[in-house]
Amino acid sequence: MRHIIAVLLENEAGALSRVAGLFSARGYNIESLTVAPTDDPTLSRMTLVTRGNDEIVEQIKKQLNKLIDTVKLLDLSEGPHIEREMMMVKVRAEREAREELKRLADIFRAHIIDVTDTSYVIELTGATNKLDAFIDALPDGSIIEVVRSGPTGIARGEKGLNL
Amino acid sequence: MALTGAESDGANVTAAGVELSGAEIVVQALLDEGVEYAFGYPGGAVLHIYDALFKKGGVKHILVRHEQAAAHAADGYARSTGKCGVCLVTSGPGATNAVTGIATAYMDSIPMVVLTGQVPTPFIGSDAFQEVDTVGITRPCVKHNFLVKDVKDLAVTIRKAFYIATTGRPGPVVVDIPKDVTDPNVKVPYVYPRDIRMRSYNPVERGHLGQIRRAVDLMLEAKRPVFYTGGGVVLGEGSAPLTDLVRATGFPITSTLMGLGAFPGTDDQFLGMLGMHGTYEANMAMHETDVLIAVGARFDDRVTGKIEHFCPHAKIVHIDVDPSSIAKNVKVDVPIVGQVASVLSDMLRLYQERASGAQKTLLADWWAKIAEWRRVDCLRYDQGAEAAIKPQFAVETLYKATQGELYLASDVGQHQMFAAQFHPFDKPRRWINSGGLGTMGYGLPAAIGAQLAHPEAQVACISGDASILMCIQELATCSQYALPIKVMLLNNGYMGMVRQWQELFYESRYSHSYVDALPDFVKLAESFGHVGMRIERPGDLEDAVRDAFAMKDRFVFMDVLVDPTENVYPMIAAGKGHHEMQLSPSLSERELA
Repeated sequence: MRHIIAVLLENEAGALSRVAGLFSARGYNIESLTVAPTDDPTLSRMTLVTRGNDEIVEQIKKQLNKLIDTVKLLDLSEGPHIEREMMMVKVRAEREAREELKRLADIFRAHIIDVTDTSYVIELTGATNKLDAFIDALPDGSIIEVVRSGPTGIARGEKGLNL
Repeated sequence: MALTGAESDGANVTAAGVELSGAEIVVQALLDEGVEYAFGYPGGAVLHIYDALFKKGGVKHILVRHEQAAAHAADGYARSTGKCGVCLVTSGPGATNAVTGIATAYMDSIPMVVLTGQVPTPFIGSDAFQEVDTVGITRPCVKHNFLVKDVKDLAVTIRKAFYIATTGRPGPVVVDIPKDVTDPNVKVPYVYPRDIRMRSYNPVERGHLGQIRRAVDLMLEAKRPVFYTGGGVVLGEGSAPLTDLVRATGFPITSTLMGLGAFPGTDDQFLGMLGMHGTYEANMAMHETDVLIAVGARFDDRVTGKIEHFCPHAKIVHIDVDPSSIAKNVKVDVPIVGQVASVLSDMLRLYQERASGAQKTLLADWWAKIAEWRRVDCLRYDQGAEAAIKPQFAVETLYKATQGELYLASDVGQHQMFAAQFHPFDKPRRWINSGGLGTMGYGLPAAIGAQLAHPEAQVACISGDASILMCIQELATCSQYALPIKVMLLNNGYMGMVRQWQELFYESRYSHSYVDALPDFVKLAESFGHVGMRIERPGDLEDAVRDAFAMKDRFVFMDVLVDPTENVYPMIAAGKGHHEMQLSPSLSERELA
């Protein structure tokens, strides 16, 4: 099963490599990983997506918690939560395709953020499967380049993951 | 040095108001930490620190002959005392040489602080002379590590290192210190924080009482209970409450290699070691048990055998200070996270509140069954008077000569297993060996650490002809510090355990397991100023061992020539369960036909 795990880490040099090293050393799956400092500059927040059965995911969480730099951890998949991922797609946009791509972007509530005579860059934010759907919807052969941030997430409700 | 007397008035500082250089801070911090010995080897990146050691003194520095031995000696010191081991090595090769010792300590959860020199901060990342990414290299084999980039952070980082190394599940912590951070000309106010708190690190203390109650429920109804205890009981100072609990319940107990001595090895309730080379009775009891109480043990593959066959009838209680140890390899019914000593004390209290006077009579059938297994006498061997010395006989002779009043360090291989089987330990911290990593070369330097920690005690090292050569240079350290260690070398001319596996699983193709050019160990020992002995006949052994131990102030190297064909039995082959033990061929024909 897919799990999305949020981790508050001390914003120390090497904290990221400890997490990455843990996953490779123990042979855990890592689908994506994003990290950035929070409003408190001494803390980083990491979101990682992993897959595994219940025992493996339990071990992953225990091992993450065991890292000295880990302050708090929350498995967002255990409760209602919101996931978002940001994507930018560079597409070939020439002649009649330009209108079609613009309509498609509107349907997905995406934005065109760069325009040349022959290309668009389209920005889209949403759950991972929405981003996948947009890629599928693009005309064959139109994609020049795709960049995705990897998912990040937050639990619903008033409780926060903080100190 | 003006100390402010903070120890007594509870202030958060042990020395303040002075300005020290980074090098002086290192030395002063070790003093404030109460460090008695630092094991090390100087080099370019730590010269400022060595100069401060020279000028300031206080911490006794033990010069080893290879950085691997520095880490092993610090580790032996830690295992034999419960205190934190300390080593000090230079950058680059100094650090990489220490890695084997650090990984050894990590696998067995030994508290250790390793101070490594590093190239000056402006040179980091430039492939400078003797530069290596120490923090990167050691990351997977330390509990935590630090790179100190500012001398102002040095004292607090060293304090954190000791705090992390010694609390929770202990482990090695590396502090990497660039040379410019120890610059003797840059002085900063010195404050050594006595209490330290880290928001990201809060080791657990007490176990959950509700969980302990559930465990006691199982124990009260158990018909075939077994305690299975590991190194965590030794590390967590749980020996006394464990012994009380085991005696109160009347349950049988088995121990891992790492846990030996936590419960008296000569006690009737002790079934011997379990696992790959465990006793028949211990492994059969594991296979038949209905309630397994695992304490400070981690269900290692050498213990469990094939997981699918592990304790098929048991409800499992698991007490451990590290939540990630629980349910890692084996599903557990009652997990209890906490310090083993406090959990065992709570467990004993709850058990005694509820156990009836007749509780132990419920176990009569179980003990009868165990007595049957014991009659197999799985460790029996035949020492003919004219035959070559059996390694088992050598270990038994060592035990007889010392009555177990010693610290016994071991290397890795057959001799280690024979020692675990034939030398009972009645006290914790007396058996010092590399269990998790299985590091050949560990024994001699570990014995150095133990002997320094216990100058009045007898310290011995049991080794093999292959293992001993991996850190043989430490004979020099032993002579420099006049350490009266006794080495018992079980010399069979082979890498015995490798040879055993090749015999059993590779149709006796002894690929590169024969050591064709052994030194004359007697002359070798003598060349370092030690006493050397060569013992070839079983009849000479007892007197020789007594003579060796009678030389109270000499290092004695006993080169004991043993039967090269002897194998360690019982044995559970890879992929087999506890009930599928292979017994010594002579035994299995006679007893189990």
